Amino acid sequence: MNENMTAHQPKLACPHLIGFNNGRPSLIGSRCANCGEVYFPAAAGCTRCLCTEMTPADLGDEGILWSWTIQDFLPKEPYNSGETEIDFQPYGVGYVQMPSGIKVESRLSVADPEKLRIGMAMRLDVQPYGKTPAGESIHTFVFSPITSAKGGENHG
Amino acid sequence: MAKDVAIIGVGLHRFGRFDGVSGRQQGAHAVREALKDANLSWDKVQVAYGGSQDAGNADALCNDLGLTGVPFINVANGCATGGSALASVIAAIRSGAAEIGVAVGFDKHPRGAFNPMPRDWGLEDWYGETGLMLTTQFFALKTQRYMYEHGITEDALVRVAQRAFRNGALNPNAWRQRELDYEEIATSSPVNLPLRKYMFCNPAEGGAAVVLCSAEVAKRHHPKPILVRAAVVRTRHHGSFEVFNPALAAQQAPAPTVTASKAAFEEAGVGPGDIDVMQLQDTDSGSEIIHMAENGFCQHGEQERLLRDGSTEIGGRLPINTDGGCLANGEPVGASGLRQVIEICQQLRGEAGRRQVPGAPRLGYTHVYGAPGVSGVTILERAGG
Ligand SMILES: [Zn+2]
Repeated sequence: MNENMTAHQPKLACPHLIGFNNGRPSLIGSRCANCGEVYFPAAAGCTRCLCTEMTPADLGDEGILWSWTIQDFLPKEPYNSGETEIDFQPYGVGYVQMPSGIKVESRLSVADPEKLRIGMAMRLDVQPYGKTPAGESIHTFVFSPITSAKGGENHG
Repeated sequence: MAKDVAIIGVGLHRFGRFDGVSGRQQGAHAVREALKDANLSWDKVQVAYGGSQDAGNADALCNDLGLTGVPFINVANGCATGGSALASVIAAIRSGAAEIGVAVGFDKHPRGAFNPMPRDWGLEDWYGETGLMLTTQFFALKTQRYMYEHGITEDALVRVAQRAFRNGALNPNAWRQRELDYEEIATSSPVNLPLRKYMFCNPAEGGAAVVLCSAEVAKRHHPKPILVRAAVVRTRHHGSFEVFNPALAAQQAPAPTVTASKAAFEEAGVGPGDIDVMQLQDTDSGSEIIHMAENGFCQHGEQERLLRDGSTEIGGRLPINTDGGCLANGEPVGASGLRQVIEICQQLRGEAGRRQVPGAPRLGYTHVYGAPGVSGVTILERAGG
């Protein structure tokens, strides 16, 4: 759907949070050199053991949906999607548990409560969420449910 | 030895929306009412702590009340502002630094949801720009996870709101005094699922003030002093699930409410089973449900049954938010925590009118929670004799 996004160097709201390996995005945080606790975004110090020596950490691009909601109203400033009350599109918001155990808060590509459930597998993407006043798309990191190859509905 | 402290005066400016009345005027009204209740004048006050989020510096109240040279300290702790102001006054009196003190909070917010700025909270701009920095989202995400972990359904969310508006209808000072039926709440528009319109409190206006003194002289000022058995403020630990967090630690730690509550029970030498009436922060239905267990009043997952069987009603075993809570009163952030304290004082004095908890309640409890992870708990007791 949007795999050529990265080739065009999209305008990112948070370029320092996203790394690219072979065209796939992954989230960049930091890890405490003393106790190993992982932070996102990268932190200057560890709030757990109070150590201030941190190293960059790649959090990966897949995780499990830990909690979710639907943002059903247009946020006030500093939200900068450029939408108005008239054309606002609700979006999903969730915490996604990454392999290290850290749960990252993220927009979700799905805003349908029927299609979100805690425990489902999620994959990272970079997608547009709005436009600048000049009309340029602004992108951010977004998680989407990993769907099976065939679109069969699972009623289990 | 530290002195015991008592509440000898309470004053409220009704919560709601009051065009043409400033937040500060509402705060001044509350202080004057509280002083009248304590039969004292402002020049007898030796220390004051106060706060407002959106209605200016609290110490500007001195321009209304009188320039007496009183040390007046501004407090800014979000939803926990009132609780922090109160704990500070109590500490001052206990230490002997002051005999008589005032805690005051007031506010007047613009309509609609709050719009905090990331940098004020030590966060980066993208967090707000991309639409992740909303308190309502946090409450929804925490509630959603809690319901999943503890088997709670939407029914419980509806019942919390229903009881809040039912109690609000009994409270002449409440902003919302209309009972809502189950369907109206259950089908109200989604805000952040699983939370809907009538499951959230709204920013509002109002003022609340409390006058305190050392317990040994309390009866000189009020025939029914309320003893402060505990007043505790705690902030978050690493790993607790708080508002405005771009990520949560792998291992979850107990909320600041849990640590504040435990410390307060220890300080008072009583347990949750001894409390006769309680105020728990209900910025939304989900938060109240979580706070019931975090404050030790039930087990996690037990809430839905307690809500269904009437235990949390005014006549029940755990009367929660007897004045309608934040849901029916709205939330003027600076004043909200002290409104809770005032309701408990009225209940313990036996002056809560149509919403009076039966059986002459002796011990009351208040709990606030605010961004970015601070909680304040008090335990109050009707003086014997
Ligand atoms: Zn560490």
